[in-house]
Amino acid sequence: MTTVDAHGHPDFLQHHFDTPQQQFDAGKLGMWMFLATEVLLFGGLFVGYAVWRGNHPDLFKYGSQFLDTTLGAVNTVVLILSSLTMAAAVTMAQRNRRGPLIILLALTLAGAGTFLVIKYFEYTHKFHEGWYPGLKFYEPPGTDSRTWADYPTPALHPAAVQLAEEQSRDVAASFAAGPVAEPTTVAPAASGPAGLSVERLAVAEHGGVEAYEGEQEHEEHMLHPLQDPTRPDNAHMFFNIYFMMTGLHGVHVVVGGLVIVWLMIGALKGRFSSQYFTPVDLGGLYWHIVDLIWIFLFPLFYLI
Amino acid sequence: MASEQSHGAEHQGVGHVVPISILVKTAAALLVLTVITVWIADFHFGPANIWIALGIASLKGSLVVLFFMHLRYDRPFNGLVFISSMAFVALFISFALTDTSEYAPDVDTGNAPLVQQKLETLEQ
Repeated sequence: MTTVDAHGHPDFLQHHFDTPQQQFDAGKLGMWMFLATEVLLFGGLFVGYAVWRGNHPDLFKYGSQFLDTTLGAVNTVVLILSSLTMAAAVTMAQRNRRGPLIILLALTLAGAGTFLVIKYFEYTHKFHEGWYPGLKFYEPPGTDSRTWADYPTPALHPAAVQLAEEQSRDVAASFAAGPVAEPTTVAPAASGPAGLSVERLAVAEHGGVEAYEGEQEHEEHMLHPLQDPTRPDNAHMFFNIYFMMTGLHGVHVVVGGLVIVWLMIGALKGRFSSQYFTPVDLGGLYWHIVDLIWIFLFPLFYLI
Repeated sequence: MASEQSHGAEHQGVGHVVPISILVKTAAALLVLTVITVWIADFHFGPANIWIALGIASLKGSLVVLFFMHLRYDRPFNGLVFISSMAFVALFISFALTDTSEYAPDVDTGNAPLVQQKLETLEQ
């Protein structure tokens, strides 16, 4: 609890401040300035995103298909709810309610953990499929290997291969039909980039071809970019910017979680009161900016 | 705190205490807007899609900043600092886009090399 020293200062008040109010205002201003630099830090990446997407809208439309909108939406909800518990924690600190403060901080921490676990599953799924950033999907000019014949496709039935070749010819024919104004004029297929939807496989079966025997989970209908004849050039750029922006955001979630742990320790020790709750307030501001950035990342990557 | 005088809100020590009810309403609005932005993404409005998505995101961001982050009740100067950073990012993005779009017509004329190659193989 707050004690008062020989100068009449409460123990939380630094000697270079006259009043708790002055200390509080200085702390807040400092935090907002820091948040401004955070906005500028992410701003550079948003500029990169805007320029890339402005020049290559097809890459983003294509790459976005490989992101799970449901998981992204769930993570949005998780962050909004954890922002609510964090804001409520500040209110509880201001009202001297130590028990609710600790519970709300714990709930916020649980939100941070849930977000990171979901993000972990998203990332590992992409790594498992080989959707890395970098030069993974880059092919030097003049080497067009994006045909089914050039790639071993052990998991696929010959009927599927045949369909993909037909699809490939369709694409080539649509190129031949006239000057290509934009790569996006190639219509995406029903469910996967190369159109190996359940419906088309069913048509193949109806035509007397044996059923496709491979695993029928949803990602199996989505062609791997390396085997996809309709893949736009430089598809790796989408994964570059996706991993950079969500990765930097993820680092912020981790830091935010550590800050909340530190606040919980302080709350357990009874450091915070209606007179002195600045750390809770400023830690909360940091947590909210993490939420704020995700609010923009979610539609920009998942909802294209 | 000059900005607090008109609210008649509860005061304990420094800063403004935002009631839980306002925070819950803010979160409810954010969740509704999240549902709307996911739902509306299935409609195709062409180039307007990105602006609708960004508009909803900005609205959600404003709610977070104003109520969760207390900027509605905070000293105006803190708001000025934050809005300035946003304004400079907007300036940065718009100048970069203006610049890059200047080059687009030069870059995109004719077929891309791979498309041209494909066309030539088809003709043979």
